[in-house]
Amino acid sequence: MSPQGVFPSILTHSNADDSTRPFWDAAKENRLVAPRCTNCGTFRLPPPPFCFVCQHRDVEWVDLPGTGTVYSFTVVRHPLARMLHDAVPYAAGIVELDGTQGAGARMIVNIIDCDVETLAIGDAVEIVWEHVNDDMSVPRFRPRST
Amino acid sequence: MTIKDQAAVVGVGATPYYKRGQSYPESELSMACTAILGALDDAGLTIADLDGFAIYSYSCDPAEVASVLGVPEVRFAASLTSGGGGCAGALGLAAAAIHGGMAEVCVTLMTLQQLHKRLGGSEVDGVLAYATMSEGGNPYGGGSGLPPSAAFTANAGLLSPGHSFSVLTQRHMHLYGTKREHFAEVAISQRDNAIKRPTSLQKQPLTVDEYFAARMISDPLCLFDYTQETDGAVAVITTSAARARDLRQPPVYIAASANGGTGRWGPAIFRYFQAPDDEFASSGHRPVAKRLFEMARMTPADVDVALLYDHFSPLVIMQLEDYGFCPIGEGGPFVAEGNIRYGTGTIPVNTHGGNLSEAYIIGMTHVREAVEQMRGTAVNQVEGAEVALVTGGPAALPVSGTLLARSAS
Repeated sequence: MSPQGVFPSILTHSNADDSTRPFWDAAKENRLVAPRCTNCGTFRLPPPPFCFVCQHRDVEWVDLPGTGTVYSFTVVRHPLARMLHDAVPYAAGIVELDGTQGAGARMIVNIIDCDVETLAIGDAVEIVWEHVNDDMSVPRFRPRST
Repeated sequence: MTIKDQAAVVGVGATPYYKRGQSYPESELSMACTAILGALDDAGLTIADLDGFAIYSYSCDPAEVASVLGVPEVRFAASLTSGGGGCAGALGLAAAAIHGGMAEVCVTLMTLQQLHKRLGGSEVDGVLAYATMSEGGNPYGGGSGLPPSAAFTANAGLLSPGHSFSVLTQRHMHLYGTKREHFAEVAISQRDNAIKRPTSLQKQPLTVDEYFAARMISDPLCLFDYTQETDGAVAVITTSAARARDLRQPPVYIAASANGGTGRWGPAIFRYFQAPDDEFASSGHRPVAKRLFEMARMTPADVDVALLYDHFSPLVIMQLEDYGFCPIGEGGPFVAEGNIRYGTGTIPVNTHGGNLSEAYIIGMTHVREAVEQMRGTAVNQVEGAEVALVTGGPAALPVSGTLLARSAS
């Protein structure tokens, strides 16, 4: 059972391939990295094999600060399964990552340690890693402490 | 050269509509066959005339249906990709096949039984099936063979289409000031339409107080913003405009049909959420609407009744914007002013009650209602209606729209 507000990590393996492995390798060290197109500089997540702007393939992996803002979200109140009875209500939504260009590098995440009744678009958030196992650490975000 | 007015819908057939699971002991196959035979009979045709399947969301296996019903020869069998977004567009697929000389009489259908499965996954399959439902082409989800991208989304807690569209809706509210009162007007106006219909599964009036007293499912959507979950089958028959004029029913012409969406919309709503800001808080229909009206050589002012896919009430508002019935961002006030009401509004919407209050057969109830409106036989008939808009989606690409007309221009 998951504590209230925390969506349990139901996928416990990264199923990584060459295009996503650097992300999960860095995650094990609690580092947020994202692939940037070496040709046009566009960030793209989840990492696809081609750049959606210039169709080039090569990327460089860039360390990001792990902060961002809430782009949009929902508060899930109805548990879709018994295993979620204790987790609801929880917040889930989209974070725009500082250090990227906006659309193209948003992340879909569980937003924890927040008051779901007052959470708002534009709120500043920071990453917090949940160590699931030796293969996978899962990114979540929480309101920035400052 | 386009398909404009080259083909017409000539027959409609359906099973009763059932609450989820209650169509048993019928099956999806048996209901599909019942609807197809009913639609052929309505047109004055027989199974010997049927030679094409123009479907969406892989609604049936044409091989199986043709075998069971003894179709003499199938000459065309194709599906629009993705899910319910293709329902209206499948009529365009039929028209294209017919106009291109590949088939003469096409069926478009949906059959749905949510007994052992639910759209979007089920608790039986595990929560992971919900979370990864869009990772394959199968709208029922499935947890095997996940692509590497799944690890970026599965643990976030967005498990269903409703969760995803809640996130989209929240952004629309943020950008434009859209309110829950506006969603209530969609739900209540459609319930009013459904009450008078024998086919409706929801016949009790819905008040504003009841709407706001309902439990929240996923903010900002409450129970009444969500579609029902139902069973049943609906089929329609399309043939050439020339042949249609000799059949039992007055032809309902396909004035235009379009499907698709921008690449960045793509699977966005279920998976990546990476559309640009001006497109994110939309129904994804804007490019489809543009092509649709161009093909028909019409404008939104020519549309007399709109059957807009309503899996979630806010998406009706966003489609009103994207099809040009009101400016972008003004859909909320537009519905609040009474514009979508049957009998008094400027553009009556979902006169059959829609997915929210009649039944949810993944868009085909909207097609059925559009045809009945053009025949002049609808329960909530819009007086003098000459043109109907019917849409499919928003969902993953393709979304679609079709304009049906009482007469060819």
